[in-house]
Amino acid sequence: MPDALPSDSVGLVTAETFVSAAPFALQCGETLPGFQLVYETYGRLNQQRSNAVLVCHALSGHHHAAGYHRVEDKRPGWWDTCIGPGKPIDTSRFFVVSLNNLGGCHGSTGPISINPTSGRPYGPDFPKITVGDWVRSQTALADHLGIEQFAAVIGGSLGGMQALQWSIDFPERLRAAVLIASASRLSAQNIAFNEIARQAIMSDPEFHAGHYRAKGTNPDMGLMLARMVGHITYLSDDGMRQKFGRELKSGDLRIGRDVEFQVESYLHHQGRSFSQTFDANTYLLMTRALDFFDPAGAYQDDLVVALARARCRFLVVSFSTDWRFSVERSQELVDALVRARRNVASAIIDTEHGHDSFLLPVPRYLEVLGSYLRRLADEVSPIPAGAPCHAG
Amino acid sequence: MRADLRIIADLVKPGARVLDLGCGTGDLLAHLQASKEVNGYGLEIDPDNITVCLAKGVNVLEQNLDEGLTNFLDDSFDMVVMTETLQSVRQPHTMLKEMLRIGRECVVTFPNFGHWRCRLQLSARGRMPVAKHLPHTWYDTPNIHLCTFNDFEALCRLLGFEIIERFVVDATHANRFLMNQFPNFFGTYAFYRLGRSETRQ
Repeated sequence: MPDALPSDSVGLVTAETFVSAAPFALQCGETLPGFQLVYETYGRLNQQRSNAVLVCHALSGHHHAAGYHRVEDKRPGWWDTCIGPGKPIDTSRFFVVSLNNLGGCHGSTGPISINPTSGRPYGPDFPKITVGDWVRSQTALADHLGIEQFAAVIGGSLGGMQALQWSIDFPERLRAAVLIASASRLSAQNIAFNEIARQAIMSDPEFHAGHYRAKGTNPDMGLMLARMVGHITYLSDDGMRQKFGRELKSGDLRIGRDVEFQVESYLHHQGRSFSQTFDANTYLLMTRALDFFDPAGAYQDDLVVALARARCRFLVVSFSTDWRFSVERSQELVDALVRARRNVASAIIDTEHGHDSFLLPVPRYLEVLGSYLRRLADEVSPIPAGAPCHAG
Repeated sequence: MRADLRIIADLVKPGARVLDLGCGTGDLLAHLQASKEVNGYGLEIDPDNITVCLAKGVNVLEQNLDEGLTNFLDDSFDMVVMTETLQSVRQPHTMLKEMLRIGRECVVTFPNFGHWRCRLQLSARGRMPVAKHLPHTWYDTPNIHLCTFNDFEALCRLLGFEIIERFVVDATHANRFLMNQFPNFFGTYAFYRLGRSETRQ
């Protein structure tokens, strides 16, 4: 490993591709002729194959969760804060699997892939995907990797929803589900924000009913607006005040030209870079999967009945200033789990960073996650007596 | 394990569903899970205690007791436990009613303000008592609702609760002869096991 990379990083990583040739029936009734998932792994699978951890990504995430692709990379994977040797998801104990979900735009089969029946990209015709579909496609990847049971399935936000679905749909295939800043379903307010994001994209003249690629263009403006709205909801009022205040980035009020507040500049930057790396059809597809997520739906709308199927234990973590996936949503999960008599622990982390906290190095958050997962690691992958213990 | 927790552990039946209010570092629940296959949850708000509980594999839930227990259903636990916390909750009587709504039985422990040392300090020196079992000064104390054993039993009668068992112990959690004769004078801590009285409605 080059000296330039931090010592608690998983180092240089390379993505791999899993191809499933079998037809894959989706919940919407359509069938994909086959699919591929791009994924990364960190750490080593032990001989008993008992130390695997699945990391599920959120709305705009992908498979590159930790480490660096090249030494020159400015930034590591999106969850490098939590994944690495000695970090909460300790790669010296666990074998971590992180994938790009079906319908994604980072290498897994999705709207920008070629539809084998037409020979053209799926575009807006890519079938509707549900969280349940994601979970089933993830079990295919687990089979491919020889993982019968995950030590834990972990995710924040939409990622936590996948972990929850895992616990209900495949109860024997995980020991623990870690649900961070998540919910058992979206609130009306949450769906409303997603709809604004979708409308921003679909009303962009460059969207062309989803066929923008065929026209050699991209709805940059729509994607940018969608991301800007999203970003406001991922931060808290206090957090934004602390981060940006009312500082001016540029311009002069007296002249009144090109005036820009820091917060505007930040949102523009986030929006622009997102519009260049994310596919609009994937964004629409993933927000829809979020909106429709409701695992209780298949069990008389009773989350307790749904969760009674689960066999794993749960950790539910929420953040005090998160208003997109509030503490109350996590509390609903905890209450349902207690009523379903499942093993569950919970923590409410005091932080000013809002929903974004799950990606940030908030000390108590890392401590809670680390404490819980170390206990799990001791069960599935005990450190042999006399072996050097990795410094935490 | 703390001596008081051992006394409580003996009161819990194997396989019971237990809710521990203010579970601290989770010693009681860890012991009950391991030795009696109890399905238990503990409520706690101290971050350090919660971390310790997680490391022990205890079902610790971050919840502030003073914000109520309305999220728990009637009769959802066999036993609800609260050790040395009753005197620091905002509304002890509401808390007790809630405990016996959620659980069929409850166990409560608290320090005795009627202990002779307390009485002596108040009567002879005219000062608020500071004792080994009540180490705080009046102006900086979590104990905002201190009571004597007699006070507590009067409240139980008022609320219509049945006192199923009572243990009175000294500061080392030993039971000595005089405590049984004059508990409200010589006892330091009491353990009450309460149930709903048949006549209560």
